[in-house]
Amino acid sequence: MWQKFKESYFWYSFRRDPVAVGSFIVLLILITMAVLAPVFASQNPYDGSAIDLMDAETPPMWTPDGMDAFWLGTDAQGRDIWSTILYGTRISLLIGLGAVALQSFLGIIVGLTAGYKGGRVDSFLMRVADVQLSFSSYMVAIFFGAILQAALGVARYADVAVPFLIFVIGFSEWPQYARTVRASVLAEKKKEYVEAARVIGLRPMRIMFRHILPNTLTPVLVISTVQVANAVMSEAALSFLGLGMPVNQPSLGSLIKSGFAYFMSGSWWITLFPGLVLVLLVLSINLLGDWLRDFLNPKLYKD
Amino acid sequence: MFAFIVRRVAQALIVMFVISIIGFGIKYSFGDPVREMVGINVSAAEREAYRDQLGLNDPILVQWVRFVKKAVHGDLGRSFFYRKPATEVILKKAPATLELVFASALLVIFLSVPIGIYAAVKPRSWLARLFMGASIVGVSIPVFLTALLLIYVFAVELHWLPSYGRGPTSLLFPGWESNFTSWKAFRHIILPSIALSSIMLPLFIRLIRAEMVEVLQTEYVKFAHAKGLNPTRVLMVHAFKNTLLPVITVGGVQLGIMIAYTILTETVFQWQGMGFMFIEAVERSDTALLVAYLVFVGVLFVIVNTVVDVIYGLVNPMVRVSGRK
Repeated sequence: MWQKFKESYFWYSFRRDPVAVGSFIVLLILITMAVLAPVFASQNPYDGSAIDLMDAETPPMWTPDGMDAFWLGTDAQGRDIWSTILYGTRISLLIGLGAVALQSFLGIIVGLTAGYKGGRVDSFLMRVADVQLSFSSYMVAIFFGAILQAALGVARYADVAVPFLIFVIGFSEWPQYARTVRASVLAEKKKEYVEAARVIGLRPMRIMFRHILPNTLTPVLVISTVQVANAVMSEAALSFLGLGMPVNQPSLGSLIKSGFAYFMSGSWWITLFPGLVLVLLVLSINLLGDWLRDFLNPKLYKD
Repeated sequence: MFAFIVRRVAQALIVMFVISIIGFGIKYSFGDPVREMVGINVSAAEREAYRDQLGLNDPILVQWVRFVKKAVHGDLGRSFFYRKPATEVILKKAPATLELVFASALLVIFLSVPIGIYAAVKPRSWLARLFMGASIVGVSIPVFLTALLLIYVFAVELHWLPSYGRGPTSLLFPGWESNFTSWKAFRHIILPSIALSSIMLPLFIRLIRAEMVEVLQTEYVKFAHAKGLNPTRVLMVHAFKNTLLPVITVGGVQLGIMIAYTILTETVFQWQGMGFMFIEAVERSDTALLVAYLVFVGVLFVIVNTVVDVIYGLVNPMVRVSGRK
């Protein structure tokens, strides 16, 4: 298996593209850091006994006022920025991946049904997808976040923030998947193996999920990478507006928001470092997605 | 063509119907207008009387019809913070947002077209590569981070440009406070509009480049070259004109994204527009204003989308034929 992978064209073309390799390594480092956050963090920033208010707004280590214990400085509560970033990346990634899982689940089911059944079901579902798509996901997410926060109040909203963000970002982007899956289902439906499956009397559900679905997964894979990046960005935007993760359980977006208030007075590090990590995360996913799309798209032989 | 328009308008009406239900739902379930009016020191019987008087005890359907009727007449309730009708508040804030969108749309158009064309014509030049590389980096930086960076560099460090607010605006015509009338006010719009365009610009550069590359490979462009026409003329008149169609549709559809980004940009720059007002309304739980913003933006959005679709249908017959079942 490993041998086969090493000889594959996939591995060959990946190795020859320095941008893809570079962004893959960066992404891998970020994910490892996020998953093993408690190991790498120098303190648990959300444990009240570990932080000391006297350390608040310490600048990074290499500046004159810096302290060795906090190499990226501390925020207004005296939390170590490096540790908050690790924990924040974890939450951002969790929400991003969760949202994409939900999007692809909804989108694949709708796309498969629309493509396979055709006719009225198809045109209805695609109309709904069009409308949903024309309201951008940001707008939908911001509106629903605002409504829910108004309904529950800030304190209770904080408790449901993670599942809600996954739900709202996942729910607003499913048409991307539905359209992609439908397009490939329409192409697959005409092929002989589907015909054969139908002739031997398999139920439509089985044909849809066991026979057609696996053949439509390539484009799904391609949009998934970009969608993870988008979901992470949406979450950051929502948190920045105060509609996302609360301050005591922050994602990268809420870290940026919490630093924003101290930004003008010169404490740039509270905002800059989480921002940098966010950009690195999104950029590496996007670059990897770009490479994957070019690789899997046979129409596009690059000049 | 007529059938196409009817279908589009019907779709728009359905969407507006859904918007009205959501707006009504929020209004119906959150906030007790009676308590807002009379406070808490009023007996239950009197409250009931008020409820009857305000029609809050009517069946939901009746209340919904009343809500829609009022909304059609421009009455979306009163904002409890501003103590004014919500529509009035929104109309007062709208020019700020529209000017911001206008300024960044200008930036996007005047930068993306030349850069996109250049990158398509000379894909291998280092400048084109730089632009394309920069555009993917640009897409990956959230708009609020761009805004923060701009503020840090141009306002905090260099002191060149103001960092927040609209500055000394003056009346362009009654009801429209403008930033375009004086240099002092204009300085305030520079950073927000650059920040707002920072997401659209890379998207449009990539889109124009992709369309242009495709068009440049078509027969008629090759033929125009073979005929010995002036290369610039071929580029601008023959090729570029045909890339406009998809660009315009995408541009129309981007409106929703643009609205979301104005919320973000206005929050960072404390720009006194609709987006900033919306976030403030959320923080103050100003339900009436929240609902009014939702309905206002939703309707604006549906109208623009429908118009863009109909124009597209007029220009491109393939759309209206393929839509027919």
